[in-house]
Amino acid sequence: MIKVVDLHKSFGKLEVLKGITTMIKQGEVVAIIGPSGSGKSTFLRCLNLLEEPTSGKIWIGDQEITNPKTNIMKVRQNVGMVFQHFHLFPHMTVLENLTYAPMKVKGMTKVDAEAKGLELLQKVGLAEKANEYPNRLSGGQKQRVAIARALAMSPDVMLFDEPTSALDPEMVKEVLEVMKSLAHTGMTMAIVTHEMGFAREVADRVLFLDGGQLVEDAPPSEFFSAPKSKRAQEFLEKML
Amino acid sequence: MGFGVNLNFSQIIPSIPFILQGVGVTLKIVVFAALLGFVFGVILALCKIGRIKVLTWLADAYTSVFRGTPLVLQLMIIYFGLPQLIGFEIEAFPAAVIAFGLNSAAYISEIIRAGILAVDKGQREAAMALGVPYKRMMRDIILPQALKNILPALMNEFITLTKESAVVTVIGAMDIMRRAYIVGGQKYAYFEPLLIAGLIYYILVIILTLLGKAVEGRMRKSD
Repeated sequence: MIKVVDLHKSFGKLEVLKGITTMIKQGEVVAIIGPSGSGKSTFLRCLNLLEEPTSGKIWIGDQEITNPKTNIMKVRQNVGMVFQHFHLFPHMTVLENLTYAPMKVKGMTKVDAEAKGLELLQKVGLAEKANEYPNRLSGGQKQRVAIARALAMSPDVMLFDEPTSALDPEMVKEVLEVMKSLAHTGMTMAIVTHEMGFAREVADRVLFLDGGQLVEDAPPSEFFSAPKSKRAQEFLEKML
Repeated sequence: MGFGVNLNFSQIIPSIPFILQGVGVTLKIVVFAALLGFVFGVILALCKIGRIKVLTWLADAYTSVFRGTPLVLQLMIIYFGLPQLIGFEIEAFPAAVIAFGLNSAAYISEIIRAGILAVDKGQREAAMALGVPYKRMMRDIILPQALKNILPALMNEFITLTKESAVVTVIGAMDIMRRAYIVGGQKYAYFEPLLIAGLIYYILVIILTLLGKAVEGRMRKSD
């Protein structure tokens, strides 16, 4: 589903990603963890080219998105993204946030888009907020709307960039629950997270990044109980 | 007879309708100039924040020149100077609209540029991640949010435009100002008609201010 080969990314002189090669299979849930500054968010943001890789290749499905000839706008329609700070459109209602892209980008009719939007709001437990503006929602509600907004495009892959890091502790659970049920539907997911318990429970694989390198790639049962590298051991000691 | 206040409004009263007819002229100039200034200002702002270096440079140079020279000079160049180059006369009305519009665009482009840059860059990323094309993103996501933030500054610019439109009197357009001046000349009394002109401008500005507040209130419904 996603294939990454020797991905490098530099910001000026700072090399953030130093050659990452990995694969994410269809339906797989991958947790990307690592200390801050390890390049995990940058890695995720390269997967839909919000960051332009300095070198290396990335495939989404059978499309090489790092090929300049690829229409990235088209690819992005199938790659949903959820941000740490939600980034809902504040001048649109919750439902309009969900229907905007399906209507304006995919050409869905208003009736269909609204039906789909309401169905998704139901799934994230926010149907009654359809006509509210985002500013009236709590952080956890905003993030659930943001997930629904990404799902409204019927993506094949969902990217999550620290989806619970900006939330008050009591709201983390409601968002993780939504993500968990999404994982059970067989959605391909790449999640940058600090929620070790969640990674352990939901992820099929853990990618541990440190210093711009992929240091470990293992199932959570292995990674959390017997990390191989010293860096992962140190990191887990601090986290758990 | 010594020193005394010698104001006589009653002799001016018959001329008030004549002065008031200037409101239409002033408003027509202001509305068209504001539209031209706004549309062109948006285009300039997009050039300034865009990636095409030549356009950025041109838009910056444009702003620099139009902000750096007097409005009355720009007006006179267009009305008196330009016909020399293009070989035909320009009426006072289009000349005024063009001069004020072009001048206003320079200021408005800076206001809009700042407004666009003040929109959280996450908005752009969220739109990009949904596959929204650049033009649509600007029109539906970024500009509406930018406009909301800069509305007070834009209103300010339109108010300035309304008042500054009085300089069209130098090219003979029959606006409020010019009419007041003519009445003054006819009656050998300038103070009263000019005072009336001032009152009219002031009322126009107050109406504009109220209008701006109403629009702002409507745009704040999402807060």
